[in-house]
Amino acid sequence: MSNEIEAIKDPGLPAHVHRKADTDPVAEKRAERQVAILFLISALGTLLFIYAYYFVADDVFVFLPVLGNTNAHQLLLGLGLAIALFFIGAAAIHWAKTLMPDEEVIAMRHTMRSDDEDRDALVKTVKERAGAAGLGRRSLIKRSMGLSLGLIGLSPLVLLRDLGPLPGNDLTKTSWKSGSRLVTDPGDRLIRPEDLEVGAVAQVLPEHFGEERRHLSDIAKDAVLLIRIRPEEFQLSPERLSWTYDGIIAFSKICSHMGCAVALYEQTTKHLLCPCHQSTFDVPRAAKVIFGPAARPLPQLAITVDSEGYLIAQKPFSEPVGPSFWERSS
Amino acid sequence: MTARERVAGTVANYVDERTGAAKWMKKNLTKVFPDHWSFLLGEIALYSFVILLLSGTFLTFWFDPSQREVLYDGAYEPLQGLHMSAAYASTLHISFEVRGGLLMRQIHHWAALIFMAAIVVHLMRVYFTGAFRKPREFNWIIGVGLLTLGIVEGFLGYSLPDDLLSGTGIRIAEAIIQALPVVGSYLAFFAFGGAFPGEAFIPRIFTVHVLLLPGIFLALITVHLMLVWYQKHTQWPGPGRTEKNVVGYPLMPAYMAKAGGFFFIVFGVTAFLGAVASINPIWLYGPYSPGQISAGSQPDWYMGWLDGLVRMSPPLESYIFGYTISWNILIPGLIVPGILFTGMALYPFIESWITGDKREHHLLDRPRNVPNRTALGVMSLTFMLVALINGGNDIIATTFHLAINQVMWFSRIAIFVLPPLAFVVTKRICLSLQRADRELVLHGRETGRLLMLPHGEFVEVHEPISPELAWKLTAHEQAPALALEDVDSRGVRRAGGLKNKLRKRISQANAESIAKPTANDLKEIEHH
Repeated sequence: MSNEIEAIKDPGLPAHVHRKADTDPVAEKRAERQVAILFLISALGTLLFIYAYYFVADDVFVFLPVLGNTNAHQLLLGLGLAIALFFIGAAAIHWAKTLMPDEEVIAMRHTMRSDDEDRDALVKTVKERAGAAGLGRRSLIKRSMGLSLGLIGLSPLVLLRDLGPLPGNDLTKTSWKSGSRLVTDPGDRLIRPEDLEVGAVAQVLPEHFGEERRHLSDIAKDAVLLIRIRPEEFQLSPERLSWTYDGIIAFSKICSHMGCAVALYEQTTKHLLCPCHQSTFDVPRAAKVIFGPAARPLPQLAITVDSEGYLIAQKPFSEPVGPSFWERSS
Repeated sequence: MTARERVAGTVANYVDERTGAAKWMKKNLTKVFPDHWSFLLGEIALYSFVILLLSGTFLTFWFDPSQREVLYDGAYEPLQGLHMSAAYASTLHISFEVRGGLLMRQIHHWAALIFMAAIVVHLMRVYFTGAFRKPREFNWIIGVGLLTLGIVEGFLGYSLPDDLLSGTGIRIAEAIIQALPVVGSYLAFFAFGGAFPGEAFIPRIFTVHVLLLPGIFLALITVHLMLVWYQKHTQWPGPGRTEKNVVGYPLMPAYMAKAGGFFFIVFGVTAFLGAVASINPIWLYGPYSPGQISAGSQPDWYMGWLDGLVRMSPPLESYIFGYTISWNILIPGLIVPGILFTGMALYPFIESWITGDKREHHLLDRPRNVPNRTALGVMSLTFMLVALINGGNDIIATTFHLAINQVMWFSRIAIFVLPPLAFVVTKRICLSLQRADRELVLHGRETGRLLMLPHGEFVEVHEPISPELAWKLTAHEQAPALALEDVDSRGVRRAGGLKNKLRKRISQANAESIAKPTANDLKEIEHH
């Protein structure tokens, strides 16, 4: 006996085991019937589908356990389609598994690599053909071709230029001006300080003039949240305190992180939470970020009241609202 | 010759005289495909793609990809009299007034989720069994490309209805574009045709969603399948299966019937989900307005991990020379996913560099027999899972009555701690399983029968396992670590010493395994 390490041997493909239907004609007949029944169930599914499409009204609701109140038209249509499709598959697979030949066969693989002969022949051909074209010799053609192909790649980029205007100062400006009146959104009603109780929140926009409806692009920058707390709860610099009015403080509603609407206000903690990424802003401290990925507080809008007692903006936002961008300076 | 045979013969002759297809068909109709349940995962992805094409085409007949503002006066009463985009109004129309429209919408959305899930599970199968090794690296890269495009395609798809939830998703995508250094705000204005949201974005992504990306998908899937066909499918090790052969069932008829039947099964199950399981009920969200939002905003699951990474990011921003760099968006939104996907695409080459193995492989690995690869895979999945969990941190917090801060801090720490831990644990489990395999081959199966020996000792009777099983458990190769010399034959330190050292170190870790039993071991035991 040699001392060489001997691996455990491959016993080879096990002998084929016949299925019942291969040997027993009764089992074979039974399998055939089963396949036929599965196909027939599919046919019934299609009939159910057609019936549901034409004859089940789309305002009929049925109560089903688990699913709850369900639209009968939609449910039967879908079930009909599901049955029709599923049982074709079931029939085909049952057919394959019981009646079609199931003997494993062995085929040989070939390596992906071509024969050396073919590879050499290819190299020779390429060299010969390329040589005939003179690509290596004609450097003038080669260089000018490189230039023209490189340049033509620019044209699609040039063509895409008109996809949109340049940003200009669009990202830094909003519609808020000194003296813009605050109106409720929705409703467009002017708003007085006494309309807001302590603890209340309101979404406002600058008053909008003209026939045309507000553009969503304007709302995306102008949306402001008014929050009223007790004035003594503010922990603000004197300047920022002067931007509030009688406990009412106004912030941009557009998150300084990724631009979602910061809409969740918790009255007891006086926190504003953005539902997208959970950045949390502390209202009494000028919306300082106290948690989450946002890096900057929400911009504060300076407000006051006008001679008629309506809330107005003292001046435009002092910084861009919304998510950061490269040209933003702080 | 029967009449039917004559007709078939005439048709076949007509086609063959014009295409010469007979030669190719003769060879390929009996092409052998190995059979295993895990080979069906890619098929599910393929079939969901077909379902997506069919249901998606149906939806385009009514969908109006426009952000033009309309006044809704359709069948859904709660939204009547509201201003909304034509895209949203037409999606409501499909859902409530087109018979079968809601069914098709739900089938389309479910098929998209199944498509992505099937791709991910298929990728895991290919990874953990080493099916990406030579000669299949191209197909691995195409697969990674399909996964990436699938994420984009899915995102664009659920952005189209322009409801409040999807509009919020677009807002976040815009913020990511805008955060790109130097070119961000320009790219955002080009993509949206001006300031967000504008009226250009949905028509544009519609073209990308229904024409550009499906076209690329079709091309990539075709190449993917042609390569599978040409290179022949991998197979599991087992009796009679070698690197040189392929054991399985011929295409015609059994494999054709099974694969064709499976398409209908997948379609049927998707239709069943579309019938009973409501998905993306856009009428509940209302039309998009940048000033509104619904609590618990969640992306689809294949975007959830990305959102989770963004959520857990620390609030980092740099302001340099009057310019802003938003690390809190760039790192989780672009840099980390970029590293992950590039690493994934390059993995076959990295592994072959570690093992020095340049041979073709057609026999699959059992995951336990390649502990390092398996552990790395579980590590990556753990990373993704933590990110995904954090993507639903608000839902988790409200469901389990936790503070959102606790869930977030758990994720922030877990994303660094759990993946390495998962690596170590998985590697240990793999080695233990190898040990168990060795036991099984050498000492047989525990029968549960106890035997009392004459002197009173109890022993359990072990039964030898079949030669087939013994072969299956020992068929794998156990390659030693690379023997890399730090110095050359003349004692001079080789160039690239550090790289060499690293390679040697990884190679050693990679080769760690429990010696598989040999015939000699078995004989020795018999002698006792």
